[in-house]
Amino acid sequence: MDNNKIVSIKDLRTWFELKRWGFFSAGFVRAVDGVSFDLARGEAITIVGESGSGKTTLLRTLLGLVKPTGGEVVFGGRKIDHSNPADLSWLRCQVGFVQQDPYGALSPFMNVHRILSEPLIINKVDPHEREQRIRESLEEVRLIPVDDFLTKFPHMLSGGQQQRLVVARALILHPMLIAADEPVSMLDASVRVEILELMRRIQEAHNLGVMYITHDLSSVRYFSQRAFVMYAANLVEKTDVNEIVSNPLHPYTQVLLNAIPDPEPENVAKFRDIPPGEPPSLINPPTGCRFHPRCPRKIEGLCDTEEPPEFEPSPSHFVQCWLYR
Amino acid sequence: MRLNMRRQSKAVVEKGRVVRPADGTLLKVEDLSLYFRASYGVVRAVEGASFELARGQSLAVLGESGCGKTSLAKAILRLLPQNIDTYSGRVFLNGTDIMKLNEQSFRRQVRWKQISLVSQAAMNSLNPVLKVGYQVAEPLLLDHGMGKREAFERAREVFRIVGVPEAFLSRYAFELSGGMRQRAIIAMALTTNPDLVILDEPTSALDVLTQAGIMNALKKIKKELGQSFMLITHDIATSSELADEVLCMYAGQLVEHSKAERFYREPLHPYAQRLMASVPTLRVDKKPEFIPGQPPSLFNPPEGCRFAARCHKRFERCDEEPPLFVHGDETVKCWLYETDLGHG
Repeated sequence: MDNNKIVSIKDLRTWFELKRWGFFSAGFVRAVDGVSFDLARGEAITIVGESGSGKTTLLRTLLGLVKPTGGEVVFGGRKIDHSNPADLSWLRCQVGFVQQDPYGALSPFMNVHRILSEPLIINKVDPHEREQRIRESLEEVRLIPVDDFLTKFPHMLSGGQQQRLVVARALILHPMLIAADEPVSMLDASVRVEILELMRRIQEAHNLGVMYITHDLSSVRYFSQRAFVMYAANLVEKTDVNEIVSNPLHPYTQVLLNAIPDPEPENVAKFRDIPPGEPPSLINPPTGCRFHPRCPRKIEGLCDTEEPPEFEPSPSHFVQCWLYR
Repeated sequence: MRLNMRRQSKAVVEKGRVVRPADGTLLKVEDLSLYFRASYGVVRAVEGASFELARGQSLAVLGESGCGKTSLAKAILRLLPQNIDTYSGRVFLNGTDIMKLNEQSFRRQVRWKQISLVSQAAMNSLNPVLKVGYQVAEPLLLDHGMGKREAFERAREVFRIVGVPEAFLSRYAFELSGGMRQRAIIAMALTTNPDLVILDEPTSALDVLTQAGIMNALKKIKKELGQSFMLITHDIATSSELADEVLCMYAGQLVEHSKAERFYREPLHPYAQRLMASVPTLRVDKKPEFIPGQPPSLFNPPEGCRFAARCHKRFERCDEEPPLFVHGDETVKCWLYETDLGHG
């Protein structure tokens, strides 16, 4: 086992059962279907995808909030058995979670001190060390002077400060991995970069792994090394973040990038090419490649019948598409 | 066919309303202010806003949350809450001062007849127990005294314009995807063929592809029907898809009003410059920066220029409040442009 790896996921599947009558099942929602990747220490990755593509379920499975249907999660060299409470409580100490909506993630009845001491109390950290750790993590996220913030309640903080507090809470147990679900989508443009820079500084200082989940690639582009594109429960393209932007191979990645506007006045005059239709149902996904009904470059007789395996057209650029066979 | 459609829709709404001039100024706002009363004092949400919008043009209102963008729209449409402290200024629509109208004639003549609104997160507030088609036709049935057949014909027409299949008229909100719901809401704003449609964050809760689809539909409407839009958003990249002109707000005040080519390339006001620098780009390799500090409280704003505390170009003059300076085609509220000719 490579010591540098924090997370190693192999063929992970998380299916939700719709309904069951005795032996009869109405089917499954295949929210995550055959996902594999590794994440090294000190590395930041981004998972890009539309809503309903399963990216949040993937994160929740990694956090141990949902039990996977199949596949393997190895975390920090330890294989996680999602039925074993000891494994789960250990796992949850190792992953810090940064939620999308900071205000919704913070209890309105708790002040900053209480919010930050909660995870320490649960994990039986002694009171003296607790105070010290709370101060450390508040300083780390630049909520200074610390004494001014300790007694404040979430509603007294601005959106950016709330999100810093969420980051501080994610850090307080000294995790190996920070998992962030759309960490900046609720914030203003001018604050977004500040939070992302803060997270990067923390990542470098502690040599953490970071996993961003987002639908907006342009904002996290400068803050991660690799990007994975998720479509209909699969990771369809996995490569370096700059490579994704400059040389997208999968037709879905191409249309996705094409739909993201840059602030240019010429945009007024041009229409964007978007594929027809909507992402498929995950209950009964299309046969073959899941993108084939919308794909502008599909190969008849191949894309609609056989599921593409992972090809590697150039070094460490993986793509699930028959065009690169 | 397209021309025909347009003529038809014009004829539909010309009943009992002000005749619109062929072109020229559509909306003129002069010194519009809206202050709210709160338990701890007066919140100055919009302060002395003045701008003009020509017919067929689209205006993007940009700014961070809490800078008064939505309040500006509400003040124009007079959709006000109870706790109003000050509501003053003049709003001319097609040359008529609509601030002088009383509440009833404002409702009868302006709201949804000449100006309609797609409010924030409206797609989640469709009535769940009424068919979407009825909700789109409702203003025609209730306010325009139109017959059922005619109203539904018009609903079908606007559905076609925004790109929703006609079959969706007889569906309920829960049967529509997010993008379809948002399109239905935009259709609702277009049914009465208003002069101006105010869009308040129309794509903020949608996916990238859906968002691009909605923006394509809005562009098509703008191009084919010559519709004027006022787009309120904090998403600067998306705003560039529709904007001919940009209005940038900061802490309740308008700080810059520029043509789109100017604003997205080289904005004038230091705040607008920092704001543009904070926008991440996908194609251009430029590392985004953030603006240190926080916007001031609108309850007790600082004297002088409101951005001075965070400004990288601050000098002595900034302790005084700058007026709006005219700089070429643009207006900008910053002392740096004082040397230019005259005041705005």
